Amino acid sequence: MSSLVLGLATGFVFGFLLQKGRVLRFEKQVGAMLLRDMTILKFMMSAILVGMVGIGLLSDLGVIQLSHKPMNVGGVVIGGLLFGAGWAVMGYCPGTAVGAVGEGRWHALFAVLGMMVGAALFAAVFPWLRNTVLAWKDYGKIGLPELLGVSHWVIISIFWAGTIGLFVWFEKRKL
Amino acid sequence: MAGALAGLLAVASAWATTAVMGQTNYLGASTTFVRAAGLLERTVAPERVADNEYFSKEKVRVDWQFMLVIGIFFGALAASLTDKSFKLETVPPTWRERFGASVGKRALGAFVGGIVAMIAARLADGCPSGNGLSGLMQLSVGGLVALMCFFGAGVVVARLVYGARSHE
Repeated sequence: MSSLVLGLATGFVFGFLLQKGRVLRFEKQVGAMLLRDMTILKFMMSAILVGMVGIGLLSDLGVIQLSHKPMNVGGVVIGGLLFGAGWAVMGYCPGTAVGAVGEGRWHALFAVLGMMVGAALFAAVFPWLRNTVLAWKDYGKIGLPELLGVSHWVIISIFWAGTIGLFVWFEKRKL
Repeated sequence: MAGALAGLLAVASAWATTAVMGQTNYLGASTTFVRAAGLLERTVAPERVADNEYFSKEKVRVDWQFMLVIGIFFGALAASLTDKSFKLETVPPTWRERFGASVGKRALGAFVGGIVAMIAARLADGCPSGNGLSGLMQLSVGGLVALMCFFGAGVVVARLVYGARSHE
């Protein structure tokens, strides 16, 4: 029960921040893909930079466990590319579509309905996918530090430097 | 700025879920659509849902992430009411420029795009929140590759769909 309340409260704050960051807009989402407006990329990268330090610290302290996304080549690459196509047409990603309905962009409701249908279709064809696309090559739940054999703090430092460089470049080009 | 706060929220959430639920949960959204679809499908075809391998794997029920997604709705609603940015929008400008003011066309685009994106998100085991934000924060290889694929294909397809014309 308390996990449901925690989820609702966390989601409320997340939705609030997404809205204040203007991330829930179709124009901002498609604007990023048209390379006109980097609002959502800046939001994501800022969240990731702060988050990776916090997550790194807490996992060093043994307070939390990491839960890596599996690197299943067929799933991640085909799914990732296909997702980009759907995202461009829909103009939202799953979380932001729900938030967009919240701020009155009710056409996103059709996106939400479409995603439920998509989820049902995926469940229906899952046994087939598991034996084909998802069976190609699975590297499992790996992280960059294990893959590269360096400390996660080295990678976090490189990410910070690279992202700050990117932000400076965005600012110069007023993206 | 809001982005940095979202990063803090993600860290606080990882900590809080570990404390409350005994297992670290990361922000994500797309699995909830599987559960919501399962809950709906169960009302018309309960055996189909019970027998489905994927629904069994992801467990069709209202859980922490399900409530998180509902929270996003209310958080966005509250935020948009505080600064009067709440707006009933039917067809966004970039879409209208390319496809006209037809509500039906926009609804169809959103619907079909949604179907494709959700099948894809489940294939990749996560959307930009789960794979992008949560995955990269933990330095997951899968999260990084997924995010690059999301954006790479998004850039190409957006250009094809909306045209390269830039405007201010």
